Amino acid sequence: MTNTIADIETSDMILVTGSNTTENHPVLSTFVKRAKLKGKKLYVIDPRKIKLAEYADKWLRPHPGTDIAWINGLMHIIIKDDLHNTSFISERCENFEALKETVKKYTPEYVEGITGIKAADLAEVAHAFAKAPAAAILYCMGITQHTCGTDNVKSLANLSLLCGHLGKPGGGVNPLRGQNNVQGACDMGGLPNVFTAYQPVNNDEARARLENAWDITGLSPTPGLPVTEMIQKAHDGEMKSLYIIGENPLVSDPDLNHARKSIGNLDFLVVQDIFFTETAQMADVVLPSFCFAEKNGTFSNTERRVQRVRKAVEAPGESRQDWEILCDIATRMGYRMSYSGAEDIFREIAAVTPSYRGITWERIDKKGIHWPCPDENHEGTPILHTKQFTRGKGMFHAIEHQPPAELPDAQYPYILTTGRVLYHYHTGTMTMKTKGLNTLSPECFVEISSKDAQKIGVDDGAMVDVSSRRGKITAKLQVSSKAVDGTVFIPFHFAKAAANMLTNAKLDPTAKIPEFKVCAIKIEPATA
Amino acid sequence: MEHNTIIINENKLDFEPGETILEVAQRNKIDIPTLCHLKNTLPTTTCKVCVVEIKGEPELVESCATKARQDMTVLTESPKVIAERQKNISRLLASGNHNCAIRAFDTTDWTSFQLNVLKDDGKEDLCPVWGDCELQNLAYRYQVKTLGMPLNKIEYKTERANPFIIRDFSRCILCGRCVKACKEIQVNNAIEFGENGKKIIAKNDAILKNSDCVFCGECLQACPVGALIPDKAYRDERFKDTQKVRTTCSFCGVGCQMDLFVQDNKIVKINGADADLAPNNGSLCVKGRFGYEFVASPERLTTPLIKKDGKHVEASWDEALDLVAAKLSAIKEKFGPDSLGVLTSARVTNEDNYIANKFTRAVLKTNNIDHCARL
Repeated sequence: MTNTIADIETSDMILVTGSNTTENHPVLSTFVKRAKLKGKKLYVIDPRKIKLAEYADKWLRPHPGTDIAWINGLMHIIIKDDLHNTSFISERCENFEALKETVKKYTPEYVEGITGIKAADLAEVAHAFAKAPAAAILYCMGITQHTCGTDNVKSLANLSLLCGHLGKPGGGVNPLRGQNNVQGACDMGGLPNVFTAYQPVNNDEARARLENAWDITGLSPTPGLPVTEMIQKAHDGEMKSLYIIGENPLVSDPDLNHARKSIGNLDFLVVQDIFFTETAQMADVVLPSFCFAEKNGTFSNTERRVQRVRKAVEAPGESRQDWEILCDIATRMGYRMSYSGAEDIFREIAAVTPSYRGITWERIDKKGIHWPCPDENHEGTPILHTKQFTRGKGMFHAIEHQPPAELPDAQYPYILTTGRVLYHYHTGTMTMKTKGLNTLSPECFVEISSKDAQKIGVDDGAMVDVSSRRGKITAKLQVSSKAVDGTVFIPFHFAKAAANMLTNAKLDPTAKIPEFKVCAIKIEPATA
Repeated sequence: MEHNTIIINENKLDFEPGETILEVAQRNKIDIPTLCHLKNTLPTTTCKVCVVEIKGEPELVESCATKARQDMTVLTESPKVIAERQKNISRLLASGNHNCAIRAFDTTDWTSFQLNVLKDDGKEDLCPVWGDCELQNLAYRYQVKTLGMPLNKIEYKTERANPFIIRDFSRCILCGRCVKACKEIQVNNAIEFGENGKKIIAKNDAILKNSDCVFCGECLQACPVGALIPDKAYRDERFKDTQKVRTTCSFCGVGCQMDLFVQDNKIVKINGADADLAPNNGSLCVKGRFGYEFVASPERLTTPLIKKDGKHVEASWDEALDLVAAKLSAIKEKFGPDSLGVLTSARVTNEDNYIANKFTRAVLKTNNIDHCARL
């Protein structure tokens, strides 16, 4: 997030898109709902009529995969009605003319044709967004999990820049991180192209600094592969071994038949986890590790706040800490890695990570600090880009709408979109161990509109076969007012009826993120 | 500029315009008891326990609803205040089944039917939050004795049909904190005062499981008495040694600060941390508050496993790690470093992730590292 969670409540207008906030970020959603309670404006733009839509001034419903079109449409109206922030644009941005040229054709009528959003509604949102003293954009995987995910995000950035809503309290472009330490995993160099703090691996100086710090030579300057491509390379036989820590790709990856075949193709698979997951069951070696309640360390949350994790209980059996296991293997492979504890590691992190340099465990003992925090006297940075952007000027990107990779047709007439429910988390390995959560959300379901259910000729609660070009699952039909005709939602938590048997593994060319949010399916009464 | 100061018990204190007496006191660690006020919500003034005396004013005022004014002199424990608190605590104790040995029942005018309800519903058991109850604490603090006071009749059966939360209406003091927590903090609007203000109900008086309730448990944490209690048997072990450990939630990316209550190496309860601590200000969701059974699950992995002839068999750490080191070295040698890949995890700590990053790049000598940020 460019801004903080607390900041949301101070915003004058909140635009939530592609985020089922009350279910996926329940506590963060309370800030949104309280803002609304205090009379601030709230607009929800989402293919599903999610719970938050009930709180909103208005819910706008785009066809899945048409986000660039409606965002360009908002910008078209804002520019046409002269509501853009000209001083912000001229002082802090560049390439405005190209944007202006591109959005010219995105008239409300043109946008309505692509997205289904009524022209008048689009104008209402455009005016509310542009006229608000501070407007915040909150988004999540509904924006990113598309073959045009990167362009979707850039489009939201365009919109915020256009109205000068970046770099100030109550504004910002705020992605909501779905897992406890996605932010930290990225910050720590858990990405193929960057070291810690996003220092590019192909930067000679960055490599030299790390080789010096780690006392080694020969760091590879070639960016590695993202997970989605590693799976493909495993399929093709080029990737020989995967070492998987605390992940369960055999439920979370797109097109599971393909993923299973790929992982089965590896010469050697190591899985380090707390449970014997679907993925661990395929491993050559399974290593038992600690869960959060058993370790000391830090997580970095969605607002870039680095916070302490503290050991509360002893881990079961012979399990060991994740970092200890890796250090032990490194040492056995001839490179000694040894630390007195997690705090010792954090000191090394701070030394090689510019944005964490000023953070110590002592400083975050009571309250976390937002990075960047360049030195020990720095208080941290709750709001990014207050004076300038990382690259200097804010760059407008002129972007055209592009349709999803797979659209419904006569054979597969419905759009499937996937996501989570309130009571479960990712592949359910943790939440499905709590009885009460299973009582509240016992099994997979196929959320559908009543009209579509009628068309298929099945009642609420009936079992249906859902199939795509890639696979088939059987699950219970759930007729819901959240569903819009033609679009079906299935949560991906449940291994027994894994939505990812159906999803499309087509990737965004830049971010390599799969298009989980749109694929074509058909639904029939269950045969078995 | 006008200077804003008030005096509370001889302490000269600054206040922000609009601040209540209670807020100024709490900020300065002066304890004014209250049973209905919930931090970060509007005052309800149902309990009348937070009354204070303002010098020169004949009537006591509720400190939760009275704004601080320049040169106001406040007494928080004057004889008049104490007497009023005793009266109000006494009224609340009499309002329900507060059988915590501070009072005794007088059910002489009850019918046999009512007495049977009492028995069937386990109401004769001592209150499950005995020793962990704000009302009981205040009764003790102000020495309120209610022996012989008649007991209000128990009108509503305890609701035990829900996961996580038991609702015992007989011990509800109708302070409204749960309603505030639901409406003004979580804004779920699942519960409200019903039955002419005599019962807290979900829509149509449905059980929580069949209502708009999403089991965030904010109400449970806010309840000052034994009306909302966790379905866990925590209360049975109340006098065991309990450690409280502050940590960060392991579910979504919000990073809620929480306190784990630990007994005998087991998490028995989780509460949101302080009401003024970012990012969650004491709130949690259903997963964070209740979804901790996985930690002590019997399904946890406890020993390394090696696949032999298609079956996973237990192995020693030495055997497992030697095998991993040998295999990774051999593959790296034969097919080159880029034939190896590591998926690190968005669940593990920064320290774990940093080591995974260092291991991949410095030892395996590849940049093939990623995690499921995209999935």
